[in-house]
Amino acid sequence: MSSTNGTLLSVRNLSMFYPMRAGFLQGHRGEVRAVDDVSFDIQAGETLGLVGESGCGKTTTGRCILRVVAPTAGELWYHPREGESVDLARLDTGGLLPWRQEIRMIFQDPFASLNPRLPVLEIVGECLKVNRGLRGSALEERVAELLGMVGLRPEYMRRYPHAFSGGERQRIGIARALALNPRLVVADEAVSALDVSVRSQTLNLLQDLQNEMQLTYLFISHDLSVIRYVCNRVAVMYVGKLVELADTRSLFLTPQHPYTEALLSSVPKPDPRVRSQRIVLEGDVPDPSQPPSGCHFHPRCRYAVDRCAEETPPLRETADGHHVACHLADEIELVGIHG
Amino acid sequence: MPVERQLSAEDLLLEVRDLHVHFPLDEGTVKAVAGVDFDVYRNRTLCVVGESGCGKSVSAQSILQLVDRPGRIVQGQIRFHRHDADGSVTVTDLAALRSSSRALRAIRGRHIGMVFQEPNTSLSPIHTVGNQISEVIRLHLGEDEEAARRRGIEMLERVGIARPAQNYDAYTFELSGGMRQRVMIAMALVCSPALLIADEPTTALDVTTQAQIMSLLQELQADFGMGVMLITHDLGVVAEMADDVVVMYLGQVAEYGDVDRIFHAPAHPYTKALLRSIPNLDFDQDIRLDSIRGMVPDPFHRPAGCPFGPRCDEVIEGRCEAENPPAFSLGEGGSVRCLHYEEVALS
Ligand SMILES: Nc1ncnc2c1ncn2[C@@H]1O[C@H](COP(=O)(O)OP(=O)(O)OP(=O)(O)O)[C@@H](O)[C@H]1O
Ligand SMILES: Nc1ncnc2c1ncn2[C@@H]1O[C@H](COP(=O)(O)OP(=O)(O)O)[C@@H](O)[C@H]1O
Ligand code: SF4
Ligand code: SF4
Ligand SMILES: [Mg+2]
Ligand SMILES: [Mg+2]
Repeated sequence: MSSTNGTLLSVRNLSMFYPMRAGFLQGHRGEVRAVDDVSFDIQAGETLGLVGESGCGKTTTGRCILRVVAPTAGELWYHPREGESVDLARLDTGGLLPWRQEIRMIFQDPFASLNPRLPVLEIVGECLKVNRGLRGSALEERVAELLGMVGLRPEYMRRYPHAFSGGERQRIGIARALALNPRLVVADEAVSALDVSVRSQTLNLLQDLQNEMQLTYLFISHDLSVIRYVCNRVAVMYVGKLVELADTRSLFLTPQHPYTEALLSSVPKPDPRVRSQRIVLEGDVPDPSQPPSGCHFHPRCRYAVDRCAEETPPLRETADGHHVACHLADEIELVGIHG
Repeated sequence: MPVERQLSAEDLLLEVRDLHVHFPLDEGTVKAVAGVDFDVYRNRTLCVVGESGCGKSVSAQSILQLVDRPGRIVQGQIRFHRHDADGSVTVTDLAALRSSSRALRAIRGRHIGMVFQEPNTSLSPIHTVGNQISEVIRLHLGEDEEAARRRGIEMLERVGIARPAQNYDAYTFELSGGMRQRVMIAMALVCSPALLIADEPTTALDVTTQAQIMSLLQELQADFGMGVMLITHDLGVVAEMADDVVVMYLGQVAEYGDVDRIFHAPAHPYTKALLRSIPNLDFDQDIRLDSIRGMVPDPFHRPAGCPFGPRCDEVIEGRCEAENPPAFSLGEGGSVRCLHYEEVALS
């Protein structure tokens, strides 16, 4: 896809622990370790995928970067076009203001994320009014331009969200995210609610816009086939931890973490002649308020040894740009998507 | 390798013929199902695939007369073949029965089990798993509490629920999404029905949990020999699970055939386009995705002529806008609703 020129955001030791609501059972208080000591970089111009099962902390990571929440610990170094790098984790609302225009979000649910009482002009134009002071015909012109960019007719700006299909609503959400010429767009399950045909239209659109506007995407999805298609690099999360990070090709062809291997093998292949050898993981994803000891994956890992229940494996670089958190990464041979 | 089709009349479980289901609404009539035909056989899986709103769920719900009001079957037959232990076969037209009739209630849950799209809405939060399973068993098999409990726990174990005896007494909100879906499957299968209808049983689940549930369904089918009608919009799931495939578009069967032919020699332009638009895991293909232009039309504005016409790349000028193609035979039980196959069918 696009060329990369330097780091846009450095996430360092990011943690987000949510306090647990005190249940009926006293003494059961604790915290949900939604994101637990996660570090990675996002390169300017790339699409970094964030993948993992439901509840593993993908959305929470995105919400921290957007500073919708204040992280429990860690740093979020944003590198602006000009001037000094800033740690978003330390800024207050006022300090965040300029950066909020450069880091935007596309939401999962095209139905819930648009206010049904506002016409498209208001939905897409609101941030232009607030941040750019646009009014009247200048505002309409810019909204028309944005709608055109996402393949919607400018006349549609007078309509309300209910008059659009799921795919069209997602385009409205994309137009809104792009209104202020952001640099980084966090797309959280942006195409997950869409049907195949509309999904492929939307993915193509996101790629065209990336090229035109030099966008950087953090692309959150649980769908590996979509991740493989849009991302330059992929980070895999499991119960709040980053377990593997590599360029898309090596992650899919030569995964080094047993969880990634299982995840890849579970994706149904759209060809009845290659009915897959699924690695069926036993049991469920652990509860992030009570993660297993040592390597969080050990109760479900078919390669686990005694050590795995005791020591947490750190994320380390095993090959050029390939990072993995597994004690046995150098010893086991795992199967990728061609195996 | 193309699998040889061995479809024998003895294994026929369900014949759906010319089914029409309408929802008369204030804005107009939604023809959710507009002339659908398909068969389900013992020991085979029929996958119904298509984009949101094409009528998959409504078709499935019609079989057991569970369509929401004001929806109504306005035409067609749903012939269920009941195979009894003595080898006799009784054929009942379910479409002709009243929804609340005794005959239909005796079939629902006993001879035809169903797993719905949303497990949360079909399991009761105020009853334990055991209450809900044993109710089905007592109703249909007339077993007492003790025997029902034993059978229920056995079934929970069979569908891979850990600590089945404890979980039998659990409430469904205490279970994960994957476990709730297993409970649904256990309830649907506890009376060993001949036919299982599963509407998107894995759509809300992660791929890893989906893989567990698909393996489970395959195992259970191998053990019980039931016919399965599996509804999904995921072509990957179809490729893994199906023997036969129905591709639906706007309330009609665009194409019907065995899974290998559908994926390797698709006939209908819509099937071809759907297959092209799936992001593949393969790295050897070029990077831009094909997509189908335009959108599924809304149900109040069905196009004249062929319903796929406005999005079709192979339109025959002057004909496709005027004629809604009937189903042309492709041989081996396959069929396609596209005017390009008229000659094929005649010859
Ligand atoms: N209760 C209802 N009232 C009115 N219209 C309905 C109702 N249920 C379904 N429909 C309409 O019937 C058509 C078919 O719906 P159906 O639920 O069968 O689609 P589906 O193929 O199962 O879609 P999905 O993939 O989203 O589950 C749609 O146009 C839908 O809007
Ligand atoms: N506001 C919140 N309060 C408490 N727990 C939360 C909150 N948001 C998320 N969590 C929990 O944090 C974990 C990670 O959630 P999330 O980041 O949404 O996962 P994902 O996006 O990967 O599905 C889950 O266990 C979830 O229940
Ligand atoms: S550290 Fe041990 S348990 Fe964890 S993934 Fe590696 S082998 Fe499996
Ligand atoms: S009948 Fe015509 S419009 Fe319909 S699918 Fe065939 S070629 Fe396309
Ligand atoms: Mg999420
Ligand atoms: Mg449905």
